[in-house]
Amino acid sequence: MEVRVQDIRKEFGRFPALEKVSLDIRSGELIALLGPSGSGKTTLLRLIAGLESPTDGTIFFGDADASKKTVQERNIGFVFQHYALFRHMTVIDNVAFGLKVRPAARRPSAADIRKRAEDLIELVQLGGMEKRYPAQLSGGQRQRVALARAMAVEPNVLLLDEPFGALDAQVRKELRRWLREIHDRTGHTTVFVTHDQDEALELADRVVVMSKGRIEQVGTPDEIYDTPNSPFVFGFIGQSNTLPVRVENGQLWLEDRSIGVSAPGEPQGPAELYFRPHDIDLLDGCGGCLAGVVTISRRVAGTRHVELDIAGSTRRIEIELPADVAAAPGTRIAFRPNRWKLFRS
Amino acid sequence: MTASLPQRWQFRQPSVIPGFGLALGVTLSWLILIILIPLSGLAWRSSALGWSTFWTLATDQRTLNALKISFGTAFVAALANVVFGVLLAWVLVRYRFFGRRVIDAMVDLPFALPTAVAGIALTTLYAPNGWIGSLLTPLGIKVAFTPVGIVFALIFVGLPFVVRTVQPIMEEIDREVEEAAATLGASRFQTVSRVLLPGLAPAVLTGFALAFARGVGEYGSVIFIAGNLPYVSEIAPLLIVIRLEEFNYPAATAIAAVMLILSFVMLLVINSIQAWSRRRYGYGT
Amino acid sequence: MAHDALAPASGNTSEMVRSATSESRLARYGLIALSLAFVGLFLVMPLAIVFTEALRNGPGRFYEALADPETWAAIRLTLLVAAIAVPLNLVFGIAAAWAIAKFEFKGKAFLTTLIDLPFSVSPVISGLVFVLLFGSHSLLGPWLSSHGIKVLFAVPGIVLATVFVTFPFVARELIPLMQEQGTSDEEAALSLGASGWQTFWYVTLPNIKWGLLYGVLLCNARAMGEFGAVSVVSGHIRGMTNTMPLQVEILYNEYNFVGAFAVATLLALLALVTLVIKSLLEFKFSAQIAAARKH
Repeated sequence: MEVRVQDIRKEFGRFPALEKVSLDIRSGELIALLGPSGSGKTTLLRLIAGLESPTDGTIFFGDADASKKTVQERNIGFVFQHYALFRHMTVIDNVAFGLKVRPAARRPSAADIRKRAEDLIELVQLGGMEKRYPAQLSGGQRQRVALARAMAVEPNVLLLDEPFGALDAQVRKELRRWLREIHDRTGHTTVFVTHDQDEALELADRVVVMSKGRIEQVGTPDEIYDTPNSPFVFGFIGQSNTLPVRVENGQLWLEDRSIGVSAPGEPQGPAELYFRPHDIDLLDGCGGCLAGVVTISRRVAGTRHVELDIAGSTRRIEIELPADVAAAPGTRIAFRPNRWKLFRS
Repeated sequence: MTASLPQRWQFRQPSVIPGFGLALGVTLSWLILIILIPLSGLAWRSSALGWSTFWTLATDQRTLNALKISFGTAFVAALANVVFGVLLAWVLVRYRFFGRRVIDAMVDLPFALPTAVAGIALTTLYAPNGWIGSLLTPLGIKVAFTPVGIVFALIFVGLPFVVRTVQPIMEEIDREVEEAAATLGASRFQTVSRVLLPGLAPAVLTGFALAFARGVGEYGSVIFIAGNLPYVSEIAPLLIVIRLEEFNYPAATAIAAVMLILSFVMLLVINSIQAWSRRRYGYGT
Repeated sequence: MAHDALAPASGNTSEMVRSATSESRLARYGLIALSLAFVGLFLVMPLAIVFTEALRNGPGRFYEALADPETWAAIRLTLLVAAIAVPLNLVFGIAAAWAIAKFEFKGKAFLTTLIDLPFSVSPVISGLVFVLLFGSHSLLGPWLSSHGIKVLFAVPGIVLATVFVTFPFVARELIPLMQEQGTSDEEAALSLGASGWQTFWYVTLPNIKWGLLYGVLLCNARAMGEFGAVSVVSGHIRGMTNTMPLQVEILYNEYNFVGAFAVATLLALLALVTLVIKSLLEFKFSAQIAAARKH
């Protein structure tokens, strides 16, 4: 089901957690809410669930206004960060809970409930563990039970709060791939919250980058990485360098020297130059370039990470070079960004 | 060679911390002197009675009635304490209201108030001319000097056991669990009755057992309010005292032995339930 | 205050959302009212009646009742018994907690169970065991009486029964607390060259002092208030072997209600002071005694 968040504002006491946030979630898509802690991503997720109520604004499920509905009436599936499994219930009782508590008129027969729960347990690859208690499962297994339990109620939308946050790196990776498969098979509209950019970029159809209670950018992982539209997104996603430059006559200047980059159409004046470490061309001579002295040179797998002191700037710059370029500390390197963006404060 | 040797039996794991011998020595000597020798004296004296004498004394009608009254009233009072104790713990943990801290402190009153004081206070309250008794008498309800009075006194002494066992477990309940139940469509009543309370069961059971055990042995708060009518409202500990005053040591010993055995059996059962709960659900108290 | 008073612990969410994870206002009101009624009926009124009964014939009669020499003898005896029993169990409690919390050894769980044993024994039986041990029919009885040593119906018997009953209190508070604190502090002190006693005195004791005080407080309350066990071994000799709780019983059974309740007020005040200090300790040092909250 399609979910529309319209001009949602949320304050906790005096503290604004979300400011005028709007977001359209398409039916059947897997969307990530990505941001540092305190960015409001979990608050947004809980607002969609109905676990918090907005100070202002509306949330639509399809065409229906869901804002006035309680969490019970919204029929959503929520997977909690620490799973929140019912520890006195077996796996199958946990999964069947949402169906068992329905009012008699809408409750499937006991046999149907059982069948549905068993199918879901099979889907999350826990067949044979129906009679176990949460305490007898590993972290990854608990996570799957939590997911099966959330899916059992045929939710309008599946909401996951840091779904892999409590797992170790290896299990995380496996579950990530597996969640994508499950999503593709079941087609639930799914929103998940994460602070891990790799997770968001690898898993989601679209990524919502959030900061300080606002949405910074919404886009596919490629759009987010390749064309960040704000300094925050540039800085938060992947590695990036910034330099204070000046635009003069369609050229970029650092201090009193042109760096050999033309910026046609940019207004005159100071700006911040953003570029990624690997988006550079190495130059032999310097007739309009960025140049600096190598301070640290590290070999990381197939590339060489080099930190430079750029003359005239106190900023440290990191660039990536082919591993076979010898960049000993103390040597001078000249380069020019080939893909960049300017932001003005 | 050494690797194939079976691991040597070790009384204690090595530790750099000193004082083990001294601490354990003091503990064991004190334990043996104060607890074990006196208790084994009781065991020895009851076994010296011989089985048939013991059986005759233990199955004496007055003794049986006293035991029935002690265990019966303690059971009823512990049940009442489960209801009120869980209610109180819930209110203290979940709600913020004026006077909450005072109530929280008051819950320990039965631990701190000498039982004799509790006994005369409750009796005066529930006597036919007391503050509460005078209200109940016109309704035909008699509390003081009946088994109901015993139950009331035992509710008083047992209350903190249930509250103080359940309260910390309730404080630890993860909010997420309640939210999870709500997102799955459970009404508040369903969340409380099907998710929260069953999760508290091991703690409630422990509290019940503690209140029950205390109630069975309780003496001071009960004897004033009970009326102490043989066969009707005479509790087992009182019968022990009466037999002692008659210098009928064998009878006193026999009753005490029966009470101890029953109490230990009960503690054993409770302990195994807890161990089972811990194994199964990964928690227990 | 009124609306504040009923906010759920988490606060800060609108009524609609709150209904998902808390009870309706009506249910909250109802549950609080029910609890207050129960506490009022079962805890507050018994406490209140102690004071009103003691003062029902005016403060004059109240002081008169307290000035009775037999009452004074009972107070002195109670203080004496507590002054002997509490330090003994304090030493034992620290030793037991040290052995159990700082070391791993075979039979530890069993030892812990044995320490808790007096909690599951009826006070009357706690007294009875000493009657059986020292009474004239016992093995020791004739030997004791031939040497002129009086244990039963005398102060030593009362002390013994009190020690028995209050045996687990200090140990019970300290064991979970010291277990939670682990052994790394002590190991650090030892590695810096401190002796065993220095380690205990400068490192362990400061870590457990509030928990220890808490345990001593409970131990003392029970020692001064114990009735059943002491009643069996004391012999109820007026002015000689009557502790305060026994004096309450005697006066009450003689229909001297003002006298009984006058002595009872002292014990009730002791209980109140215990509760206040206990609450203060819990409030100020909750982290230090939280491990031992369960009794």
